Amino acid sequence: MTDTALSPSQFQAHGHDDHAHDADHKPAFFARWFMSTNHKDIGTLYLIFAICAGIIGGAVSGLMRAELAHPGIQYLGTWANMLHGGTASFDESLHLWNVLVTAHGLIMVFFMVMPAMIGAFGNWFVPLMIGAPDMAFPRMNNISFWLLVPAFTLLLASPFFGGAGNGWTLYAPLSTYGEPGPSTDMAILSLHLAGASSILGAINFITTIFNMRAPGMTLHKMPLFVWSVLVTAFLLLLSLPVLAAAITMLLTDRNFGTTFFDPAGGGDPILYQHLFWFFGHPEVYIMILPGFGIVSQIISTFSKKPVFGYLGMAYAMVAIGVVGFVVWAHHMFTTGLSVNTKMYFTAATMVIAVPTGIKIFSWIATMWGGSMSFKTPMVWAIGFIFMFTVGGVTGVVLANGGVDDYMQDTYYVVAHFHYVLSLGAVFSLFAGFYYWFPKMSGKMYNEFLGQLHFWVFFIGVNVMFFPMHFLGLQGQPRRMPDYTDGLAHWNYIATVGYMIMAAGMAIFFVNLIWSMIAGKKAGDNPWGEGATTLEWTLSSPPPYHQFETLPKID
Amino acid sequence: MRMTGLKTIAIAAGLLIAGTGYAAAPAAPTAPAVAAPAPAAVSATPPAAPAANNPALAQDGAYAMAPTAGIGQPVNGNIGIQPQVTSNGQRAHGFHDNILIPVITAVCALVLALLFWVMFRYNRRRNPVASKTSHNTAIEIVWTLAPVVILVLLAVPSIGLLQAQFKPAPDNAITLKAIGNQWYWSYQYPDNGGFEITANMLKEKGEVAAGERSRTDADGPRLLAVDNRIVLPVGVPIRLITTAQDVIHSWAVPAFWIKLDAVPGRLNETSFTIDKPGVYFGQCSELCGARHGYMPIAVEAVPLAQFNAWVQAKGGSVKGAKPSTAPAALAPTPAAAPADTTTGPVDNTTAAAPQTTQGATGNPAGAGTGQ
Repeated sequence: MTDTALSPSQFQAHGHDDHAHDADHKPAFFARWFMSTNHKDIGTLYLIFAICAGIIGGAVSGLMRAELAHPGIQYLGTWANMLHGGTASFDESLHLWNVLVTAHGLIMVFFMVMPAMIGAFGNWFVPLMIGAPDMAFPRMNNISFWLLVPAFTLLLASPFFGGAGNGWTLYAPLSTYGEPGPSTDMAILSLHLAGASSILGAINFITTIFNMRAPGMTLHKMPLFVWSVLVTAFLLLLSLPVLAAAITMLLTDRNFGTTFFDPAGGGDPILYQHLFWFFGHPEVYIMILPGFGIVSQIISTFSKKPVFGYLGMAYAMVAIGVVGFVVWAHHMFTTGLSVNTKMYFTAATMVIAVPTGIKIFSWIATMWGGSMSFKTPMVWAIGFIFMFTVGGVTGVVLANGGVDDYMQDTYYVVAHFHYVLSLGAVFSLFAGFYYWFPKMSGKMYNEFLGQLHFWVFFIGVNVMFFPMHFLGLQGQPRRMPDYTDGLAHWNYIATVGYMIMAAGMAIFFVNLIWSMIAGKKAGDNPWGEGATTLEWTLSSPPPYHQFETLPKID
Repeated sequence: MRMTGLKTIAIAAGLLIAGTGYAAAPAAPTAPAVAAPAPAAVSATPPAAPAANNPALAQDGAYAMAPTAGIGQPVNGNIGIQPQVTSNGQRAHGFHDNILIPVITAVCALVLALLFWVMFRYNRRRNPVASKTSHNTAIEIVWTLAPVVILVLLAVPSIGLLQAQFKPAPDNAITLKAIGNQWYWSYQYPDNGGFEITANMLKEKGEVAAGERSRTDADGPRLLAVDNRIVLPVGVPIRLITTAQDVIHSWAVPAFWIKLDAVPGRLNETSFTIDKPGVYFGQCSELCGARHGYMPIAVEAVPLAQFNAWVQAKGGSVKGAKPSTAPAALAPTPAAAPADTTTGPVDNTTAAAPQTTQGATGNPAGAGTGQ
């Protein structure tokens, strides 16, 4: 899998002489980074992209927490004036709030977590872990990444055309006749492009994993991270077309007079919610499954033990993926579902706790009897296990259709999904980042700053999100720029938590820059005997083309 | 709010009643809360003796009943579910507090304890040589089946709760139809002659023009108080029907454990019975555009007789009353009639929304938003 597109002469040369020296031959800057077909370079591009998106999405949440620090509207008017370049009306400043809510959700889901998990770590490490020289379709890999750039541009430009204030779920009819102007169309097209990018990526991963494993690496010998990406790719492939269909109908309802979701023409707003959540629920597993994979690798590495109950772990992910497709309407418990439907979705949703429990206990059993060292990636992974458990059990509370009537659309739900995503998925991203940073960059990160980053971030996100449970139980609805004075206390605490978290992120970026410049050189395997997957058999960073002679697995 | 002179009098009368007349009502503990604002208003306005005799008038201006701190609204610093005043709400509250919370706390504590134990016992110093154990079928079966058993035990009360919540309202239920609009709620009482109430959020003192009504503490907390509370009887089953004129809204009152989306083109139905008189607040709970945070819900629960008086004052009829009495009941009282016709949405709306008087469960009379 050399880079045939860029250097056909090199391809021809393959037949003739030994050219092991070509293995590290890199194209010039523009060809390397803009026309890249190399999985590691594309992974790096995804990682840079995700970090940029994370900064923007995180800044948006900072604006929201600033506004919510005290009751009343403090800053929205000023921000709306800045955005409009003049005096914005009160309604326009309130609308800006909805734009911020929408932007934060869409950016974090589609442009931060997904590109980082699947695009960055998937691209970098799936081929390395299965002993493949590259992805199956290197040029498709390139377009997968570059589709994200116009997608993100469209989304970031939309606030300057009025702003899409529908929430990341884009519920009709607020997103159809409820919101004129081009912004919502831009957001929809942005999702179309991001969705196409992910579908192409999913096809690439499935093909790569099924066809390009090194000799001897059966499916049941694959590292769990590869398993997690495989399951995730199937979820993407099966769910994203449904999202594409739903938002295409939104588009035609908005622009071409169709009435898919308009009761005046025989349509139904609830249809949109069914379609959206048929995608949306698998989507939440798309965001967390690769994290499960990352954490499994790290726990095993730093406990110096193989993963406990490997098959159970792999098939628990498959089970989560399968069941994840038949629980979508638990997002719609208050829409007027019938009693039987609510009972079914209550029961089906609870079932997901079983494979999730298997994973939690298996991680602990992996550490049990191990010889653990608490390097930064391990600390993040252990933090992940506990925080994901906390987020998971509130999911069991919300799974009860009769109980959810109270919590639906309150901050309790916000707390729940930030515990599984901001403390779950993001913890696993940081764990993976610190784990693989030496491999990707060839340099060690600063251990002290890594540990400090963990503790500050850990305290910050807990101070920020745990009080949101209380706010939800006290009845604060989501997606409002203001709240009644009886909710002031915990909102203020949450904003303090944000500031602590932001300080943690500053430490991360200092560490990143310091390590890139002055980090110690990393050996091939900085983690010792526990790190048994194939990427640690290569140099750090790996050669530009690896595994020209395929490794053999016994 | 546009206000007529007559209505101003009505407000004054209402305040008067709130401060004095209703002190003996079942919600007696709430009366002191309103006593403070009342005297000022009364002294500023000439007393309207005839209106003060009509308990219903209180609903149009300030309120006969003041909200009780800690009931039907959030309390600063509190961490739990609001006190419940419906039997299903109490049941769900009990399920949450007595079953779900202990179970999930125990699960978290177990995971945390196991994590601390492995970190303490199996770290590099204490356990330099790692074991190679990677399977134990027995324990894997245990940690698969134990959660199954726990979840089944949780599912039993959960399914029972759903059954209770979906019990249809009996024939004697009083129907309240809540219609979501951008950005206010309008209400109809189809079983009581189909009269309508429109509820807009009350603005703060500094936000309204001179002479316009602004929120007082007797109305309720900031962002939750409305100009026209809906009144519902205590102890009588309520059939709630929701729909919307424009986009999806959601009618939610935490103290009732009720949240039901109001969807254009659909009628959603649920039912509940309020156990205690009081004022209960909620907010629209589905993102519905710019002023999503500015369309609160306020319910005043009163004894049935008082509810019937209010209905009659609104020009409605008492459900179950003999037909011969209906005309009398329908005839609006002189004081109430003008107040009723001027309560339409004025400044919290983008466009006047058409209102229909169609019965709650009537057949949709053609395509269109709403019913």
